[in-house]
Amino acid sequence: MTSEVGPTGPKENRRDFLKYFLGGGVVAWLGAVLYPILAFLIPPKQGEVEVTSVKAGKLGEIEKESGTIVRFGNKPVILIRNSSGECVAFSATCTHLDCTVQYRKDLGVIWCACHNGRYDLKGQNISGPPPRPLDEYRVIIQGEDVLISKKV
Amino acid sequence: MKPVWKRLYDWVDERVELGGLVEFLGKKYVPVHRHSIWYYFGGVSLFLFIIQVTTGILLLLYYKSGEELAFESVQFITSKVQFGWLIRSVHSWAANLFILAAFIHMFSVYFTRAYRKPREITWITGMLMFFLGLFFGFSGYLLPWNELAFFATKVGTDIAGAIPIIGKPVMIFLRGGEDVTGATLSRMFGFHIAILPGIFSVCLGIHLLLVQRQGMSEPEESGKDMKTMPFFPNFLLRDLLLWLLVMNVLAILAVIFPWELGHKADAFASAPAGIKPEWYFLFMFQMLKYIPAKILSIDGEVLGILVFSAAGLLWTLVPFWDRETKRGTRGRFLTYVGIAAVVCIISLTIVGWLS
Ligand code: FES
Repeated sequence: MTSEVGPTGPKENRRDFLKYFLGGGVVAWLGAVLYPILAFLIPPKQGEVEVTSVKAGKLGEIEKESGTIVRFGNKPVILIRNSSGECVAFSATCTHLDCTVQYRKDLGVIWCACHNGRYDLKGQNISGPPPRPLDEYRVIIQGEDVLISKKV
Repeated sequence: MKPVWKRLYDWVDERVELGGLVEFLGKKYVPVHRHSIWYYFGGVSLFLFIIQVTTGILLLLYYKSGEELAFESVQFITSKVQFGWLIRSVHSWAANLFILAAFIHMFSVYFTRAYRKPREITWITGMLMFFLGLFFGFSGYLLPWNELAFFATKVGTDIAGAIPIIGKPVMIFLRGGEDVTGATLSRMFGFHIAILPGIFSVCLGIHLLLVQRQGMSEPEESGKDMKTMPFFPNFLLRDLLLWLLVMNVLAILAVIFPWELGHKADAFASAPAGIKPEWYFLFMFQMLKYIPAKILSIDGEVLGILVFSAAGLLWTLVPFWDRETKRGTRGRFLTYVGIAAVVCIISLTIVGWLS
């Protein structure tokens, strides 16, 4: 490389300038191409319909010592009627890794098949991997109707 | 008059000069020694991959993605389309055999130290394809949209979500939203039939090119006068014979044990009893069970994932930190590590399977 004015002369400076200018241009170009692609990959937030309460059925139709999954918005909720006829409801999403739990009459617990997690009928995690109790929902009996609503 | 195939060859040769290639193949030799058998498992993996591409494309002609369509379309394939049950069963079985062959291929390369210089890039592309293979399995598993797959995907993506800092965005990226829904199915479908095959093909191209260019690795203890056999036709014919055998095994498995479809996924049904991940994820899954819920206030699961990721990374980079083979000594340490890994994987898989 020959430089007329020496290593720090104007020619080198001009070369440096060009290097940064072109380098910056490449980076900016890459950014302009990649940004829309990356942004495209992020799913947009969908407006969820806020559900505050759902009707789970008629009290007379719900057996004692049974558990059913009820659709609460787009989340599953488990409604349990215990041996004394009382109704309770919890989020049916296991606090471990997101599976859907079920009522086990033979064991008298709420059970998760995925990794053998167990909760008692108050929703407390009693054995297996679940780290937290199930979120509780409120059960309201209105005449014959059983309603489930969010705890406030 | 020359025969047709000869004229065709000459026609192509005149234009692209096949001479060099033919000469190259003629000069190619494969070393013969007591570990030669392991050379065949790469070829078997390749063969199974080709089967996957073929049957995958066939299934694509009838498969429909979408919460309301996926399960029904697979049902349609297995019950109405002629030989649909066979194509699907072969696709599922070959997927499993592919992972198995890739496991064997990887460990044999590891134990014979075939990854050492100058074959580091071959090893890395191989490891990448191995991980892609696992992701192929995971994404393909969801496509029939059945109950087992639905919960397996929930659990799998939730585990990804437990990784510190990047976990949550990764989970949302994989699921296409907060929950496993039809959006997840569309994503997995896209990964399975477009993104993964694309990346895989590039890796495979580099991998095969390097194998051809550098030839087969010879074991360290081999002397100068190693026995060899010509690649063409001796080794190739043996390869093809084995492929034929694998194809027969595959056909028998696919016919005698047709792959189950199960029940359609329902976001409002409980996880069915006896749910288990695919066998190739079982050892990780079982390992997670043994890690206590909390270690020094770190989540046991998070720790497990970090340990697995670190182990996978170290394993992938083994050509760069393996000092023993660099010094030219035949080290024992890495062999013990490898044996420990194999024993660990096999025993955890068995325990997971039985429990
Ligand atoms: S997801 Fe329920 S115990 Fe693991």
